[in-house]
Amino acid sequence: MAYSDKVIDHYENPRNVGSFGKDEEGVATGMVGAPACGDVMKLQIKVNKEGVIEDARFKTYGCGSAIASSSLVTEWVKGKTVDEAASIKNTQIAEELALPPVKIHCSILAEDAIKAAVADYRKKYAVAEREEAALRAVQDQQQAAD
Amino acid sequence: MTTDTRSKPMEPATAAREQPSARKPIYLDYSATTPVDPRVVEKMIPWLTHQFGNPASRSHAYGWEAEEAVENARAEVAKLVNCDAKEIVWTSGATESDNLAIKGAAHFYRTKGKHLITMKTEHKAVLDPMRELEREGFEVTYLDPEPNGLVDLGKFNAALRPDTILVSIMFVNNEIGVIQPVAEIGEITRAKGIVFHVDAAQATGKVAIDLANLKVDLMSFSAHKTYGPKGVGALYVRRKPRVRLEAQMHGGGHEKGLRSGTLPTHQIVGMGEAFRIARVEMATENERIRMLRDKLLAGIRDLEEVYVNGDLEHRVPHNLNVSFNFVEGESLIMAMKELAVSSGSACTSASLEPSYVLRALGRNDELAHSSIRFTLGRFTKPEDIEFAVKLIKERIGKLREMSPLWEMFKDGIDLNTVQWAAH
Repeated sequence: MAYSDKVIDHYENPRNVGSFGKDEEGVATGMVGAPACGDVMKLQIKVNKEGVIEDARFKTYGCGSAIASSSLVTEWVKGKTVDEAASIKNTQIAEELALPPVKIHCSILAEDAIKAAVADYRKKYAVAEREEAALRAVQDQQQAAD
Repeated sequence: MTTDTRSKPMEPATAAREQPSARKPIYLDYSATTPVDPRVVEKMIPWLTHQFGNPASRSHAYGWEAEEAVENARAEVAKLVNCDAKEIVWTSGATESDNLAIKGAAHFYRTKGKHLITMKTEHKAVLDPMRELEREGFEVTYLDPEPNGLVDLGKFNAALRPDTILVSIMFVNNEIGVIQPVAEIGEITRAKGIVFHVDAAQATGKVAIDLANLKVDLMSFSAHKTYGPKGVGALYVRRKPRVRLEAQMHGGGHEKGLRSGTLPTHQIVGMGEAFRIARVEMATENERIRMLRDKLLAGIRDLEEVYVNGDLEHRVPHNLNVSFNFVEGESLIMAMKELAVSSGSACTSASLEPSYVLRALGRNDELAHSSIRFTLGRFTKPEDIEFAVKLIKERIGKLREMSPLWEMFKDGIDLNTVQWAAH
């Protein structure tokens, strides 16, 4: 398999490998793919109060271009809002890495990983927001009762 | 600085290593192909230049000397496998030998029956002719191997039918190196008058082959797996009891009409010399290679979650096929770019499918995807193995640190219970 220099670079020096602590504030996780298909990507984003992705981590089981695609997106999502991150397209990833046609599915998987992480963030964040609202309502009621 | 390199030919693998500018990976893919032994090259060269005659030319000395060289080589091939030189037919390689044996025998004996038996773990050069025969109306049983890669004789017996005319089972598997019970199968097929073909491309020079005792009717050989040149092979066709074939290549009636085409004298001389060396050096070479393979295995086994594919006992010493769980095969090969190894067989490693051989053993997808075949050979050195073990340990560690599956395994999660978002 003849890969571009960019794929080789990301493969040999992957950026942001690892995992965040499970209880860290603002962390959301997207896991896509299946071992049976030969690739699984786990992408984690750490989002601040303003909805901006401050940091990202990945772990990938897969071929060289799957590893490179996920390494690349951890760089790309940093500094973006979750909405901006969710709009990253697989074609941009494939173009940047000059992926061969048989490896296009790796870029699709990386796009899916971002979307899954963002969905996880929205789910958790929305729940947190609802809980806060519910808590405020209870406190308001208590204040009113006092 | 002038040195005569012709008198002392350098070993090909060493030559590549000694030039830092052209530094190539350490070659551990001897089952894909072998370098031509320098002693073989030396024997071949005159037959390309001044001894260029056509062995079929009967009217002058050029033809006579070429014919004699071809017959000497035929005798050498016969000696390695203990058969009569008259039973050896030259071909272009094991793929052609397999085609000639399988299609040739099926076509010749088609009036006797239409059922053929082979295994799912055979080389494509056997499976594809079988598929072709199915299209022609033959019926083929593809036997599953046991989890250790070997055929079960009970299941083999059960698959036989009154109209079975041909069985094709390889001697040594190209991916996992297991040795099939060829002698036992031959007893069964001979008793029933069924033609038995054996693909021995991966067996010559690695296991003793005694066709005087084996009840095998047809056997395929290749030169380039045994330190001979690419592009030449042979088919053994038994004379007593006589096996008949329908020719697949028609023309000038060479090789008693079984395979027309001008004989490539230099290639044939090379195969003869390669097989002569194999016969003389096999015993000592196998012991040396077994020690190196065992050293490699011992080193790799220090790692967790490593699985050897195929039986270790009924196996040639040259082969080690292992799955590194939770690491994907292609990234594994990239991680080991200092080693020339293969994932699955060389013919299929360009595709994204896991090895069909490992799937047939019942390996799950993850393990089938995570396999590496190391095959050692004549020019493998102890320091190559030491280097490989060190590299494998380091790189597997790095890839596992990057693997979400390894992380889940370490967290005690059973991966079979995970709902994957398959794509």
